[in-house]
Amino acid sequence: MSTLRALAKAQAVAAGVAQPVATVRHVHLHERPLVLVPLALAGEANAPLAALVGAAPDEAKLLIVPQPRNRSQRFAFAAELASVVLPYLDAYRGVSEAVAVDRGRDVRHRYVDAPQLLVPNPAGISFLRLLGRSTRFRRPDGEYPVHPSVPLLGRWLTFFAERAEHPGSSALLAMTDALTLHWATGQSAVEDLHLPALLGWIEPSAGLTGAEAAARAEDPSTHPPAGPATDPDFDNRRLAPAIEAYAEAEEDPQARAEAYAELEALLRDQLAPTWELMWRGVGLLRGLTPGARVEGRWAGDRDAFTAHAEHVDSGGGPQPRLDGAVAAAVRLHRLERALTSYAVQRAYDDPLVMAEHRLAGEAFVGDVTLADPKRVDDSGKRPVLRPRIQLVTTEPVLVPVGATLYCPTRPSQKARVVFVTPGADGKTEVVLELSGGMGRGLTAPPGSVPEVGERLCYTTLSDAYLPSGAFPAPEETPWTHGGPPGSVAGAPGAGELPGGELPGGELPGSDGDPGEEWA
Amino acid sequence: MTSSEQRLAAIRGGVPPRRHNARTIAALTGNPGCTRRAMLDGAGVDKTGLAERIGFPARFGQSRFAITRGNTFEAQLKADGGVELLRLVAERLGVEPGDRADWTDLGAADDLPARHTRSRELLTAAVPTGPRQPAALFDHPLLSLEVAGRRVHLEPDLVAARLAGRFHVVEIKSFPVIDGQADPAKVSAAATQSAVYVLALRELLAAAGHDPELVSHDVVLICPRDFANQPVASLLDVRKQLLVLRRQLTRMDRLDDLLAAVPADFTADLTADPATLTAALARVEARYAPECLASCELSYFCRHEARGQSGAMGRPVREALGGVGTVAEVMALASGERTPEPEQAEAAALLRAAARLRADALGASA
Repeated sequence: MSTLRALAKAQAVAAGVAQPVATVRHVHLHERPLVLVPLALAGEANAPLAALVGAAPDEAKLLIVPQPRNRSQRFAFAAELASVVLPYLDAYRGVSEAVAVDRGRDVRHRYVDAPQLLVPNPAGISFLRLLGRSTRFRRPDGEYPVHPSVPLLGRWLTFFAERAEHPGSSALLAMTDALTLHWATGQSAVEDLHLPALLGWIEPSAGLTGAEAAARAEDPSTHPPAGPATDPDFDNRRLAPAIEAYAEAEEDPQARAEAYAELEALLRDQLAPTWELMWRGVGLLRGLTPGARVEGRWAGDRDAFTAHAEHVDSGGGPQPRLDGAVAAAVRLHRLERALTSYAVQRAYDDPLVMAEHRLAGEAFVGDVTLADPKRVDDSGKRPVLRPRIQLVTTEPVLVPVGATLYCPTRPSQKARVVFVTPGADGKTEVVLELSGGMGRGLTAPPGSVPEVGERLCYTTLSDAYLPSGAFPAPEETPWTHGGPPGSVAGAPGAGELPGGELPGGELPGSDGDPGEEWA
Repeated sequence: MTSSEQRLAAIRGGVPPRRHNARTIAALTGNPGCTRRAMLDGAGVDKTGLAERIGFPARFGQSRFAITRGNTFEAQLKADGGVELLRLVAERLGVEPGDRADWTDLGAADDLPARHTRSRELLTAAVPTGPRQPAALFDHPLLSLEVAGRRVHLEPDLVAARLAGRFHVVEIKSFPVIDGQADPAKVSAAATQSAVYVLALRELLAAAGHDPELVSHDVVLICPRDFANQPVASLLDVRKQLLVLRRQLTRMDRLDDLLAAVPADFTADLTADPATLTAALARVEARYAPECLASCELSYFCRHEARGQSGAMGRPVREALGGVGTVAEVMALASGERTPEPEQAEAAALLRAAARLRADALGASA
């Protein structure tokens, strides 16, 4: 937690309403995001109970599982969900654009738009990840056949869940995360996970403080939890009798239809308030101007969407249960790079985020008081253009002489610190030597060198391309990491049979994993 | 009855103390610095009732779906004299299960003292003497532990397994282990609860003059695997939890010291007027943190009371604010209205700089 953000939280308590911690929007927001509010049955391993899903406020489609412990009903639910999600995904596979790669020597294609999934909270993302895990290895044939759309849905949900771990991706967002990225409430991070309370702080009803609105929103009888976990009281008093009534009405079609309708109404009541909150959240986010680099990160999501769609089309297999050693290292490396670049990009896009770095001594803002745009350094083999500027700042300058700084408004230009001279009046003079971003000649084009009177931010954060590391091929996995795959049978976890097959036969009616042996 | 016990009884309003179980004992290890909680738990006050009485009811309901699932899974494992259970435990410990195992159900419907005596006798008689003994499983043993000077009976539905010369606590939980991973919060709760049983079992052996180390610190956790009902066993090392637990129990043994610091007329008598109760509680110091919401019945009251304190937003927030205790103080220091105390100088400078930067950035964008 940065001091700046903590102060915003204190201000939120004092003001009785959440305070902004961003001046621009840092996530991409789709014109038609697919909002998905899932509910799971308590106690079970990710057994879906119901979901409200749709790409517009008036397009809510309710899916329910009347007997959540019944495995065929679970997969019927998955098939129903697939019938909403898969057409939504396909809608973005129409038009693609050419992107130059390898410095223009080659070209690849990516879709001009991509789908976006929104769930209420991080637990919703976990739910989708596990739903993906439980469906992507199923098969339309064999012992427990499922609808062919089920494994496909599983692969796409897994894709989205993996994307959600990628810093800066907007393919699958938790609303609570997206909102707390832009607003600080006067409550703790764990309380912020409760969407009704979070929105209570951001937009308290008239006459209430944020704290009061949040406290009211914590009563599960008036504000149902945003899922996937349900309120235990609701489970015991209302859901359980309704599920029993449905089960008992097995023989009588009319009673059964009534019991189903009853169950539907019950679950809709639990989901509808969250559905409203989700679209309120979308509205709040839409009210913010997107940051300059959001579009570029969304292009990364479109790339990933295109790549996965092509992988699926070309008959590629589902994502493995566990990454191999090399794949895991590559993935971790990719996530680390994304995290670094995301942090830098947010700071470049948003002065309020940059302020956190200024407070930490990684950036300062000053006025240009002197500029020598024509300065040429001829001490080397050939003369090079090296203009110098002097900034005066009132902020503490913690960067050492010789450090390289960058300016968010001129990201391709490097500035080396030449002198740092603290003055008596609390001001500091900083002399910077500039290189790059000024063309190839010995004269800087107009505007490429800061002019006297400009107020600029310089920071140690660099948005420059981060080269990726080199990793061995999977078949050359070093022995320290388990050696090449397949060399040691059943290496992960002693006591498990190789290949992850379940020991012994299936219990009748058990929710085994008959599709695990993906060939 | 000692004077302390009399005083505790008076605090409760004469009703018998609330019975502890492994879950409540495990919960004691969270937030050890909270005097209010140590006091109320030590006295065995019905905190759920108290919280309701003063208008801040706790929300710790359990869904009957979860309970049913847990019971079904446990019954499935214990069927057929625990053969499957034994095989799993032995396999995870890397020992031969042997061709036969004794299964003793200690959960017969006797009264508590009789059950406890029976558990103690049978478990002591079965004390491991070497790896050659046949495996033995004890279901529903009734253990006991000294909590705040009182014997507390524990009724675990766990199994104590004697295998390869040691006792192992076996804990059956119904949360899934998917691709070798389980919810970390649930695993950690299970570890703390199991540690309570390890401790109680060790005390039982020690009291009979045996080596307490005959009870392994490796607990066998059995959960459903992936999305099915097939069980999978994992080992949990609970040495750390044992340390924390011992420390907290020792602290509660010194309840007299705590009592000395509590006003003489302090009461948590549920029949008292809510205003009286609230006033009484206010005089015993609490240390509210957002983590309390997950474990303490009184947390909503304490949260309400702690409003305006920087720590109520979480420890990281308080630390980022330089440890300044209240929001009012933070705001006054940030705006420069208040002259900082010498030890606050650094925090105040940081807050003023933060306030200026925020105003600067928000002003620029407006």
